[in-house]
Parts: sequence; structure tokens; C-alpha cells
Amino acid sequence: MSAKNIMIVGVGGQGTLLTSRILGGLAIDSGYDVKLSEVHGMAQRGGSVVTFVRYGEEVSEPIVEEGCADVIIAFERLEALRYANFLKKGGALIINDQRIDPMPVVIGAAEYPENIIENLSKEYNVIPVNAMEEAKKLGNSKVFNIIVLGVAAQHMNFTKEQWFDVIEKTVPPKTVEINKKAFEIGYHL
Amino acid sequence: MEFKRMSEKIIMLGNEAIARGAYEAGVKVSAAYPGTPSTEISENIIKYKDAIYAEWSPNEKVAMEVAIGASISGVRAMASMKHVGVNVAADPLFTVSYMGVNGGLVLVAADDPGLYSSQNEQDTRCVARAAQLPVLEPSDSSEAKEFTKFAFEMSEKYDTPVIVRTTTRLAHSQSMVELFDRTEIEDKPYVRNAAKNVMMPGNAKLRHIEVEKRTNAMIKDGSDFPINRVELKDTKIGVITSGIPYLYVKEALPDASVLKLGIVNPLPRKLIEDFASKVDELYIVEELDPVIEEQVKSWGIKATGKEILTVQGEYSANMLRKAILKEELEIKPAAQVPARPPILCPGCPHRSTYAVLNKLKIHGAGDIGCYTLGAVAPLSVVDTTVCMGSGISTLHGMEKARGKDFIKNWVALIGDSTFMHTGVNSLMNMVYNQATGTVLILDNSITAMTGHQDSPATGKSLMGDTVTQIDIEALCRGIGVKNITTVDAFDLAALEKSVKEENAKDEVSVIIVKAPCALLDKSRKPVYVEISDKCKKCGMCLKPGCPAITKNPDGTIHINDTMCAGCGLCASLCKFGAIEKAGAK
Repeated sequence: MSAKNIMIVGVGGQGTLLTSRILGGLAIDSGYDVKLSEVHGMAQRGGSVVTFVRYGEEVSEPIVEEGCADVIIAFERLEALRYANFLKKGGALIINDQRIDPMPVVIGAAEYPENIIENLSKEYNVIPVNAMEEAKKLGNSKVFNIIVLGVAAQHMNFTKEQWFDVIEKTVPPKTVEINKKAFEIGYHL
Repeated sequence: MEFKRMSEKIIMLGNEAIARGAYEAGVKVSAAYPGTPSTEISENIIKYKDAIYAEWSPNEKVAMEVAIGASISGVRAMASMKHVGVNVAADPLFTVSYMGVNGGLVLVAADDPGLYSSQNEQDTRCVARAAQLPVLEPSDSSEAKEFTKFAFEMSEKYDTPVIVRTTTRLAHSQSMVELFDRTEIEDKPYVRNAAKNVMMPGNAKLRHIEVEKRTNAMIKDGSDFPINRVELKDTKIGVITSGIPYLYVKEALPDASVLKLGIVNPLPRKLIEDFASKVDELYIVEELDPVIEEQVKSWGIKATGKEILTVQGEYSANMLRKAILKEELEIKPAAQVPARPPILCPGCPHRSTYAVLNKLKIHGAGDIGCYTLGAVAPLSVVDTTVCMGSGISTLHGMEKARGKDFIKNWVALIGDSTFMHTGVNSLMNMVYNQATGTVLILDNSITAMTGHQDSPATGKSLMGDTVTQIDIEALCRGIGVKNITTVDAFDLAALEKSVKEENAKDEVSVIIVKAPCALLDKSRKPVYVEISDKCKKCGMCLKPGCPAITKNPDGTIHINDTMCAGCGLCASLCKFGAIEKAGAK
């Protein structure tokens, strides 16, 4: 199989790193060659972040190139728009319907684009999800990212049991149950 | 060298693999100062703390010297740092090149093409050439581990420190590695050898001869090093490359012939000449400076490199497809959207400090750390940032150039860890040379930007021990600062008063602005909420640029309850009581 290319994009602090590690762990457990590329350091402080997960029989470069992503998981609308052109034809763009204003917008130097999801839907296969609302219903807003991952999982060929296994291995022990619940919600949305 | 197989294959971050490589190579001492993208090397080395002593040193020069001392004493030792840290360590590095080693000595230097988290984009290979040190460059985690081990063997064989050069993309990518057992290396006997270890002119002159000899030996032997690889395929296009760019070459030009160099300084000339003679068109693909290219061309070999490829930023397979294959790629242009630069976190004490300085229209001679982010709007307090420890000395330079009145509306800004790194030297200079400036030490009790590492000011060591905490206030007093005040970063009135008072004095002043990093402050505080009918739409709360606060279309504000960290800065700034703690009623 040619390499599968997944991107996770969002705002520093939203949990892109954890999500990519869950996904990477799953691909390894399934016997694939895997490469992950992460963002550490200054960019993590509320900046635009992108992590790449590639898996297949053999993977060489650790990044996903423009026009090559099978799935983009976007934790924030503006970041979905920023990276949408990385999607390949027929790829899935999962967008958490959340708005976080970047500093140029906060100070009035730029405008937050309107109707991002509607406009992207005209060009791409967009799957919107209001994960923050669902996470708050669960009583823990932090697990919104795992809900989004659950939605994305519908577009990947792994079983729910495989996902649960890797979530158990990756998240802190105390948060296994809430994360599994969150995943389950996304998986059935 | 043979290793017993453990037959375990796991995924590892590049930096984690380097740490594992050090462990397997029998390293006994590791010293470092945190710096993206090198930090996780030390954070992973302490997994092996039963076998390796590891420390955060106050700065990279100290770290390098600790490793040198360990090597002289007869054990394998490693120092790791980011590229600009190598500048700090350059003094010992250039001279230990002459001395050579006893136990193997390796420096891991992490470059940052694309400047993800750095103040410049310098290429460590240029430093290595100047210092006449060999450089190995791995392409993935597996090579990161194996090259680290090879570096120690080379170090001992050729009597030279060896640099393993990584880049952000390698340091922070994960790929599969195979684990092996640790090879225990017996301590080499220590024998006094002043001719080798005391670098005064007479000795150094003779050592320089040895450096030239060893370089020639490595040029000759390098062609047979197993870390280089010739992949001969279609010979119409040949590519010389190394490190991460090798992966882009494989992706973009799967049919091309490739010479993948594991050693990039000194270059294995014979291997390169042989390869060049076998291909029709030769390309050299290296991120940043044309280090390989200029040398290869100087030998009369025709090649293409920076004529079609940039010296800036990271490469990609698409970039090579366009530049080398002249492919027209069907790629949609990226949407034009507002940038999202990094910002201070919600609840960050620096925001509170900057709110006060901004109000007082103070200019900041800044430094390296999260607080550098105070340079951007709306805070716009930091006017200058050069390098670690530079804020204090730059302010001093301004005063000496333009007089004390010129800096009456200036302060120097430096974090606690950066103050320990090199800032303390600059403060000594201020006292010694009769400065009058005010220094704000922004003490959040951690090295925050790199992901929360300890320093001499935190009272914890990398090994996890509770150690003597260097008292910043006592240190400042000890070097002769008479005016020292400590204020809480969130006590706006006290901070404002201190800054005004200290800036009015014609003596050096230090204000220690204290509050823990918001990401480490685990005390769960209630979040704040807006009371819309009390809001007068004055915008005071928006001034410090807290990402949790947004303006509604009608001019009132909204506080995002999942982002708010409960610091209360906005409530302190609101004159109308329109921001309250949640559940206060």
C-alpha cells in the first residue's frame, strides 16, 4: 500500500501532539512503517501548529506535501482553511467547528474569515463537528480533540477495538475512561 | 563493533533516539542547556540515569566543558545544544578540537532551518569547518541512534571530538528504531599529558599539526565509512545529499542515483569524485548553506545546487520536483488567511508585567524566552532581542552611548533561567561600570519556552534531586546591586510603583517579578466571566491581548471559559466591575 498521509492542524495547546501520537501508535500496532513529525518549542505557544502522520509499507519523508493528505483533522476553523490545500482529491477534511481568534484578529489588524466551513465544503469533502459542545456535555472540555479523532476514525480502516487499545496505551492512566467515552461519541457522530 | 540484538523495534523521536544511542554507546556523562530543537535529548537521557550522569548546566559553554572534563578523565561524554548554543560553547569547542579526547566526546548540535523556534538560521557545519571538527548527519531516528554510536567510535579512533548535527525536522520526527543493549566501555586510564591537555601556545602549535593529520586521515578513510551510501540507479541524474533532505530526494526522485553522505565534514573526496564521474547531471541537495556544494565545485566538479535551491528554510519533495524535474505540480494555492503567530498563554504572568510596562510607555531591552513574545502587538514592549543574556548588556550599551536620561523609560527584561545562563555576567558589568539602568528579572521559576526544564534557580536537578536553589536576590546583592525589590507579577499597582521608583534612581536596580508559569500553576482557579450590562466597551481588558478574551460585534467582550486560566488580569484592569470570578454571586 502507498503511504497514508494524515495531518492534524490546530492551535498550539489544543492537543495535536497527543492526537498524532495516538494515531502513530495505532499504525505501528497494525504493523506499518510509521513516521510522525511534530512541533515543539515556541510555535506551541498558541501558534498555528501542524503535525504529520504517515504510515504504509515503507515511508521515507516525515512530512505530508501539499495536495497529498488523505485526511486532515482540523481542531479549529481558520487552521482548516490555512491547510486545506494539502488535501488530495477525494480526501476528507474533518473540521472542529470552533473559532479561536489569532492575535492579528484580536487587535483588529485582520478579519477572521466568514463562512469557512460553507466555503470549504464547495471544494472539499468536509465533515464538520461541534466537538467542544459534545465535550462539555461529557463534562470535560479538554477531550474535544479525542471526539474529533473519533469522527476522523470513521474515515480510516481500523477497528474500534484497535483505537481503544492504543488510547489506553497513550493517554495518562487517569484519563483513559473519559478519553474512550469521548472517542465513542465521535465515532458515532 | 557488535551489539547483542534485543530484537525490539519501537518508534522514537529523533532526540530520543540520540539519547538511546548515547546509552548504547556506553556514555557516562551528559551535559546540556535546554534549547529547541535539542531539549528532548537530555529529557530522554535521564531514563538511563542508573548508567548515565546527566545535568542541565547553566549554559552551553559550561555544558561543553563538563563533557570535556569527563572525556579527559577517561569516560565517554556528550554535550547537546541548539545551534546558537554552539556559539556560546564555541570557545571550549574550538580548543578541544586541538586537544582531542581520552574518552569519546560527542557534541550534538541541533540546527533549525525554517526558524521554528530560534533567532537565526545558522548552519553548524560552517562552525565545524572553522573548528576543524568532523560532522555526522543522520536522516531518521534509526540513523540518529546508530550515528551517535559511530561518532563515539570515530572520536576515540581519530582522537577528535565529533559533532552529530541534527535539524528540527529530524529532532522532532518519530520513526522506527531497533534497540540494542548497552556496551559497557571500560574507563580509560587518566595519564597526565600537559602537551595534549594544556593549550598554551607551544603545545597548541604542535597539536595543530595533529589536527591537520587527523583531518587528512578522515578525508581518506571517510570514503569507506559505512555511514555513507551509494544508491546507483538511473545515472542521468545523480544527487549528493545528507540528513533530512535525503528523504525528500527519495520521495521526489525515486529513480535517481544518490550519494547519501553520513559524514559531511570533512568530505570523503574520493567517494564524491567517483560518484560524480558516474552520473550525467549532478545535483547537490542540502538545506541552509552550500557547504558540500562549494567544496565539490572547488574540486572542478560540475554540479547544480543553490542556483535552483534556496539557502533559506526547509526543503520538501515538491520543492525538488519543481526545481530539478521542472514538474508543473497541480497544487491549489494556499488560502490567504490571517497569520497565527505564537503568543503568551492565557494566565501568563509576563502579560501582566507587560500590561504595566505598556501603560508606562516603557521600552524593553529583551532577551530569549517566552517573554520575547512581548515584542508583538498589542503588548509591543520588547524593542530588542539578540541572544541569551543580551538584554541587560544592550541596555548598558545604550546608556553609555546616549547617557542615563536616554534609558529612563527603558528596562532590561530577562527570565530566571536566562539570567542564570549569561545574564548575570551582564549585570556584573552594569554594577562594575557604573550603570543606572533597571533590570526586570521575570522569575517564573522554570525554563518555560523549551517545555519546563529546571535551572540553578529552581532547586531541582535534571537527575530529579532537590538541590541548593540559587537565590536570585542574594546573587544580585552579592555582585553589588543595592536596589533590589521583589514584586508579584499580578500586583499591578506594586509593579508600577517599583518601576517608576527604580527607574528614577541613578543606580543599578533589579526588580524580581515573580509568579509561576501559568502552565505549571496547578492550583485550580475559578475562571472569570463578563457581566455584559456593566461593560462600558472601553477595551481596557483587551489591551494586554489575552487570547481568552474576544470582542463581540456590539463592542462588549466575551471570555472563553475553556481558555481562561483565572489569572484575574482583565478583572484588575476593568474599572467598571464588569468582569467577575465565575460563581462570585
